[in-house]
Amino acid sequence: MECREVAGLADAFIDGELEAPRRAAVAAHLLGCMDCRRLVEETREMVEAIRDQAPYYTAPAGLAARVAEAPALALPPDIRDSRWNVRRRARQWSLAASFLAVAVFSSLATYRLAVPTSGEILVDELVSGHVRSLMVDHLTDVASSDQHTVKPWFNGKLDLAPPVKDLTTRGFPLVGGRLDYVGGRPAAVLVYRHRQHVINLFIVPDNPQRPTTAAPVVRHGFNVLAWRDAGLQFWAVSDLAVEDLGKFRELVREAES
Amino acid sequence: MEPRQKGALPGGSAVTDDDDRDRRAERRRFDDVALPHLDAAFNLARWLVGTHADAQDVVQDAFLRALRHFDGYRGGDARSWVLSIVRRCSYTWLARNGAAETLPLADDAVMAEPGGPEDPELAALRGADRRRLATLIERLPPAFREVLVLRDLEEMSYREIALACDIPVGTVMSRLARARTALRRAWEKPIAKEPAPREKDRGV
Ligand SMILES: [Zn+2]
Repeated sequence: MECREVAGLADAFIDGELEAPRRAAVAAHLLGCMDCRRLVEETREMVEAIRDQAPYYTAPAGLAARVAEAPALALPPDIRDSRWNVRRRARQWSLAASFLAVAVFSSLATYRLAVPTSGEILVDELVSGHVRSLMVDHLTDVASSDQHTVKPWFNGKLDLAPPVKDLTTRGFPLVGGRLDYVGGRPAAVLVYRHRQHVINLFIVPDNPQRPTTAAPVVRHGFNVLAWRDAGLQFWAVSDLAVEDLGKFRELVREAES
Repeated sequence: MEPRQKGALPGGSAVTDDDDRDRRAERRRFDDVALPHLDAAFNLARWLVGTHADAQDVVQDAFLRALRHFDGYRGGDARSWVLSIVRRCSYTWLARNGAAETLPLADDAVMAEPGGPEDPELAALRGADRRRLATLIERLPPAFREVLVLRDLEEMSYREIALACDIPVGTVMSRLARARTALRRAWEKPIAKEPAPREKDRGV
């Protein structure tokens, strides 16, 4: 990892918002780089100064009374905001490494309102894995369109051998592969492109207890398509139109058989 | 820092006996969901609109709106939900009062530096670190200020902030990084002797 990348991740590192592999990469870089260590330390000091010294304005007592006494209003059934039809997010990855984990977790425990299904957590994790891969410009650990380079890269890193096929001739060139985490377990991710769109294909050993729906799920503007095949479970995540993603799924399935 | 007073509020709902039971139950549910976040709501509004009095108006308006739209809320992250409404009400207030600054600034001008000695308010701030820090935060454009306040004072996760502000997590990350960097530079710098250039002079 280079200094430039570390600088871009310093805040997320301090905030415990990096998932384990990337956090480890930043930590390893810091061991050997004094400049980046200084940057992280100065940023951490700034954050601590804000926390300790910037005012937190608590609501005046009068306001509590005003709000609490507001009359109950008519609640027309047609006002719905589907954006809020979302459940508590999975956040193990962000919490696990956070030095704020305890504080944040206790506040979550207090205000936990709805227990999400494991399927919802999983979809959230997949989408955030996809978003992170785009966000930090770290799509792949092994960048190659050659399936004979990408496939062996996973050897010894996972308890599965992901089926790797270049689908360039079918309009979905292979970009590379990476290790990620799904449900707290390591997963193989194959990265494909279709025109300007990136597809993250997550692959883990099948677990019959893990729920999946065959229907595409839309989350935060991304489509998630799940299927199982040959003892493996697959999720394709992309901002690609759902029909194109369905086509991608068929190509992957064909290639397997 | 003042102690945070989280928790249930006295009084609870104030519906009349004529209201039907469903309505009352709904109101109770709203109180349970939204009222624990009153401090968070006030803190955000206060940082966005700038004064206690205006923040109170904004929060009251926001809670009324939240109550009106409560049936659209399906049990997600309550704090993010409440704060998203507070935030929208704050921006509406800012726009109405001609104070909205919605465009992010250029990279080298995330914030204006504190003004020169001609500014009596700032002159009085010398040595008063807490007040100075608050002033520096207030000088961040709202889009950066809100992310900083939600993360460093409200201690929300990036995802919760993304939900509250209706922006991608990556934007939370980059705005927060820029806000802290700007703050750090301004904080380390002694208060400028020369008047800093005004934003409009920088062509932003
Ligand atoms: Zn470095």
